[in-house]
Amino acid sequence: MEATVLNSGDTAWMLASTALVLLMTPGLAFFYGGMVRTKSVLNMMMMSMVTIGIVSILWVIYGFELAFGYKGNSPWFGSFSLSGLGSQVNAFTNNGGVYPIPLLVFAAFQLMFAIITPALISGAIADRTKFTAWAIFVAIWTTIVYFPVAHWVFAFGNKVGDKTTGTGYLAGKGLEDFAGGTAVHINAGAAGLALAIILGKRVGWRKEAMRPHSLPLVLLGSGLLWFGWFGFNAGSALAANGLAGLAFMNTQVATAGALIGWILVEKIRNGHATSLGAASGAVAGLVAITPACAFVAPWAAVVIGFIAGILCSLAVGMKYKFGFDDSLDVVGVHLVGGIWGSLAIGFFGTHVVNSVGIDGLFYGGGSALLGKQALGVGMVAGYSFIVTLILGFSIEKTIGFRIPRDAEIEGIDLSEHAETAYEMTSSSRGGAF
Amino acid sequence: MKLITAILKPFKLDDVKNALQAHGINGMTVSEASGFGRQKGHTEVYRGAEYTVDLVPKVRLEVLVDDSEANSVVDVIVKAASTGSIGDGKVWTTPVDQIVRVRTGERGVDAI
Repeated sequence: MEATVLNSGDTAWMLASTALVLLMTPGLAFFYGGMVRTKSVLNMMMMSMVTIGIVSILWVIYGFELAFGYKGNSPWFGSFSLSGLGSQVNAFTNNGGVYPIPLLVFAAFQLMFAIITPALISGAIADRTKFTAWAIFVAIWTTIVYFPVAHWVFAFGNKVGDKTTGTGYLAGKGLEDFAGGTAVHINAGAAGLALAIILGKRVGWRKEAMRPHSLPLVLLGSGLLWFGWFGFNAGSALAANGLAGLAFMNTQVATAGALIGWILVEKIRNGHATSLGAASGAVAGLVAITPACAFVAPWAAVVIGFIAGILCSLAVGMKYKFGFDDSLDVVGVHLVGGIWGSLAIGFFGTHVVNSVGIDGLFYGGGSALLGKQALGVGMVAGYSFIVTLILGFSIEKTIGFRIPRDAEIEGIDLSEHAETAYEMTSSSRGGAF
Repeated sequence: MKLITAILKPFKLDDVKNALQAHGINGMTVSEASGFGRQKGHTEVYRGAEYTVDLVPKVRLEVLVDDSEANSVVDVIVKAASTGSIGDGKVWTTPVDQIVRVRTGERGVDAI
């Protein structure tokens, strides 16, 4: 066997992609922060910020091993050992095959996925979540939900010669999820639904207006997410090659399709195309193309995105029918968009664009791939929803998950962080040290 | 002495201010206000959820004048503020007992 030689082009692209994916989480903070009221914007953004802190530390201690370790040779989780990244500086990435990029670059890249997934959940429980309870939730949820599910989906095992050990269950079953439609978006969406049910509705929900306080912040956030998502999707090729190019192009055109789809629904239904609709549509498209971005042709990406925009714009109304306060539509956008994108591969997937891809229904491949996709969707959604429900209930019954009613009415920024986001007038802020 | 209070459409403020200055009025106070009268609010839609916004943004302009000038100043404001459509606002006067200029201590009409 020839010795692997580091590829500096691939490594450079992966380093850049890693930084791009990190940027998505502050981007998400803007996206969510703009959608809440002035009294809770800082808390909304802090839920994302603290997630960066907590998950990064867990990852370097044991998270990476629990998600990608192969020594346990289990389809359900990696190894129960310390990540020990310091001794791996000269190692190459080995995930179903050896990649000529440093293991530490792969570990850093995957860390960013582990960060944004719990951060996505926070949108479901805006304005009312006790900050310490959220921090504890993030640490436990990442450990018992994200790390194992990432192993199921993303761990292709340690391949040495003809032997591969430690392949994740769904990866081994042939689930096609290029960048995390199941492990990231369905996972976060199902958890968001569970937490919205556990925490209950905000004070005044459906009675008083809860208008987004800053749509420019929302648009800024969606722009940063879109930009960072090129690292998320095209970086998942783990190389600077044609597959990365395909993922890049599909990410762009699916997002464009979804943006148009969402505002078209609004124009027809409400009479006006809104900026919130454009931003939301873009994110719905990014979610839907995430699993499919390197398995479908660009024309199909447009169709997947366009349908995602329509589907998600209609899905965000569900919470009013069923009566759960998923405040910023994590379910309507990430769960629904993630399910659609994951299943869409079963229809639009083709080996023409990706040599390891399988043909879907529209390419004469039959329903075998669709079945695998449905299995992945069902397992991740079911596991995430049930475990989050139990974890959320446990936190609620022990330390409490919600802030007191008065504090919520007064504004969570003040009660949880002792800060206010904006100086509204010059005369209202007296005081001294 | 009278306090004249006017509720105006925000974009008419400059016209009214210029007309008052041309009429010889040298001071006024302006603040943001919101409310509704015959002009109702509007509907906003966020992700398909419709909100009725019934308070309309207005500005409140206040001027202190001598009794003899009150009527003509009200006329100047009404003329400058009018567009003829619903929502042009209201102007009213209130009797004022005492006025003091803080810097000099002048009282009454001298303090206007």
